Amino acid sequence: MNGFHWDWAFTWEVFPMILTAAKVTLLATLLGSIFAIVMGLVFALLRRSNSRTLRISIYWVVEFIRSTPLLVQIFFLYYVMPEFGISMSPLATGVFALGLHYGAYLSEVFRSGIDGIEKGQWEAARALNLTIVDTYKDIVLPQAIRPMIPATGNYIIAMFKETPQLSAITLLEMLQMAKIIGSENFRYLEPFTLVGILYLVFSLLAAYGIHQVERRFPKEGFSLK
Amino acid sequence: MSAPIIEFKNVKKCFGETVIFSDFNFKVEENEIVSIIGPSGSGKSTLLRILMTLEGIDGGYINVAGESLWHMPWQGQYVPANSKHLHKMRNHLGMVFQHFNLFPHMTVKRNITEAPMRVKGVSRAEAEEFADKLLQLVGLADKADSYPNDLSGGQKQRVGIARALAMKPSILLLDEITSALDPELVDEVLDVIRNLVKEESFTMLLVTHEMYFAREISDRVCFFDKGAIVEEGEPEAIFTQPKEERTKAFLNAYIGQ
Amino acid sequence: MEFGEIVSVLLQGAVVTIQIVAMALPLAVLMAFSFGLIRLYAPAPFKQIAIVYIEFFRGTSALIQLYWIYFVLPFFGITIDAMTAAVVALGLNIGSYGTEVVRGAIQSVPKGQYEASIALNFTSSQRLWRIIMPQALVNMIPPFGNLAIELVKATSLVSLITIGDLTFKAKMLADTTLQVGEIFGVVLLFYFVMAQFLVFFIRRLETHLSKGLGRGGLHS
Ligand SMILES: Nc1ncnc2c1ncn2[C@@H]1O[C@H](COP(=O)(O)OP(=O)(O)OP(=O)(O)O)[C@@H](O)[C@H]1O
Ligand SMILES: [Mg+2]
Repeated sequence: MNGFHWDWAFTWEVFPMILTAAKVTLLATLLGSIFAIVMGLVFALLRRSNSRTLRISIYWVVEFIRSTPLLVQIFFLYYVMPEFGISMSPLATGVFALGLHYGAYLSEVFRSGIDGIEKGQWEAARALNLTIVDTYKDIVLPQAIRPMIPATGNYIIAMFKETPQLSAITLLEMLQMAKIIGSENFRYLEPFTLVGILYLVFSLLAAYGIHQVERRFPKEGFSLK
Repeated sequence: MSAPIIEFKNVKKCFGETVIFSDFNFKVEENEIVSIIGPSGSGKSTLLRILMTLEGIDGGYINVAGESLWHMPWQGQYVPANSKHLHKMRNHLGMVFQHFNLFPHMTVKRNITEAPMRVKGVSRAEAEEFADKLLQLVGLADKADSYPNDLSGGQKQRVGIARALAMKPSILLLDEITSALDPELVDEVLDVIRNLVKEESFTMLLVTHEMYFAREISDRVCFFDKGAIVEEGEPEAIFTQPKEERTKAFLNAYIGQ
Repeated sequence: MEFGEIVSVLLQGAVVTIQIVAMALPLAVLMAFSFGLIRLYAPAPFKQIAIVYIEFFRGTSALIQLYWIYFVLPFFGITIDAMTAAVVALGLNIGSYGTEVVRGAIQSVPKGQYEASIALNFTSSQRLWRIIMPQALVNMIPPFGNLAIELVKATSLVSLITIGDLTFKAKMLADTTLQVGEIFGVVLLFYFVMAQFLVFFIRRLETHLSKGLGRGGLHS
């Protein structure tokens, strides 16, 4: 009775539902990436601050976030935030957790990108009497961005592949949809396989996209705004 | 007269589009010491690397000690050599590298004994005894238990020579063995070769930029340019009365330095 | 609930977490070496199989792989218990990343080392195991250490197929008591300590190995 066979009719029936859920997955990834980039920059800049205490605390915060599981961080935010009277939707919680987790990873990428800028560039900026904000905006970041693209892209793809964990707080993304379909129909083969294939396709496309972005990016950097 | 120990016949070698040798012919007699000089990129290293089987060829034949190096007989025809044939042929050859290429995870002594033990099946006692002798020869008896990274460049290269000799090759290939060294370390390495050829007869093919060394040690000097031998002969003749313009220009550039 | 009681329940979960790591890690290392070497040296059809394995496990996500093995394999008549599913899924997942570590480390051994070992007439397997691998191993330790930490983190996923690991116990306690802050705080700390322990262990191993392998530097 158990289906060694692949049920095409069932596949076509559930495919649109999974595609609808894919929108949620992609939305979480997109918002999570934006938040992660912002958090990554914040961490990276704080680690360059003049205060030694601040630098060391940020180091351990980043280390802590990176070496504990995303799933537990998701649960932490989901269960503990309401204790402080902050209640967020599963999507907002998920985006927050993804952003924080990957922000910690990205801060290392940004930090080494910024460190990769020659000392002479900083000195020239100082000689021109640029403010610290202008130095970053006009001199440092434009040169640092291109080398950071591949690593940043890889972390965003990694984040995308961790979005199924948001099903644990009932966010109706692809995996959660597949699980619901599977338990209602007693047939997991097609929905789970479909989701797996979609992840494979999306992440291969994304890897190709990042490669293209990097290739097109002017080697000499570009000026912001 | 005996057959040459090394013979290149119409050898062709390309790297993609670039042709290094188009129709190369070359012979070395047994126990002959041949120096190869010439400008950078002329194919000197490629010649030695082909002999050491580090590079294949795209046409022609090479004989080493009376057998084809890159081909083997099969059903009455010559076909490209398999790894077993290459393994057999490599027993004739030993090579010392410009950048030493010592094994960093083994002591000096292990560097020297590993191949005789593993490849030739020599007993440990015998391999170590020979290693001690070789270390004596290269003046590093006290460094047997050091690791390569604790040695100077000149010392590393002397270990490199001892390591190659440990396999008792009948043909020794030396590719610019002193050009990665500081000038003051060059002679300690060259002295080892000087002593070596005084005590034993070797077939030796060496690429060098040390003209005085080539002149004193070689039976024959070949001047290479663009994958061909432009001029060859006894060292005195090449260095004092070169016939070809290109040889003159090359040697003048050296004397000028 | 007493704080001590919470900690003791969590400790039971931590033991399960460590058990899973202890079983999945050897599997991951085995997969990493075998498929990393196949990817590098095996003839075409085997190489293709390795590439499919690597791309598949790296291209989809760990949780989906876990669910697939746990929920879908029974449809093919292969019923496995949750623990086996967890070990297999995590081992194969981390192993697929490990193949690239093995490959990269082998390729980063300087070319001169291959050439010297050919010149000394070592056979191809002697070249790999006696010359290249000892040097590559030193390069593998730090990235393998990072993967071990990723594995510890990934074990939390097994709580979603009802295995009573650290994360599962935490969620169970959180659903039944109100001390969610303490519970998840302690759990995060547990994971952090495990990761730090691994970091410490890896650093020791690295210094130890690179000492034995010729004082760390690989250029001679
Ligand atoms: N693996 C390779 N791939 C492509 N081209 C190569 C390769 N090895 C050598 N070449 C090219 O072949 C030519 C001859 O190289 P070779 O190393 O034999 O020169 P050489 O005479 O030893 O020079 P040098 O004095 O600088 O050592 C050079 O133009 C070099 O760029
Ligand atoms: Mg050369």
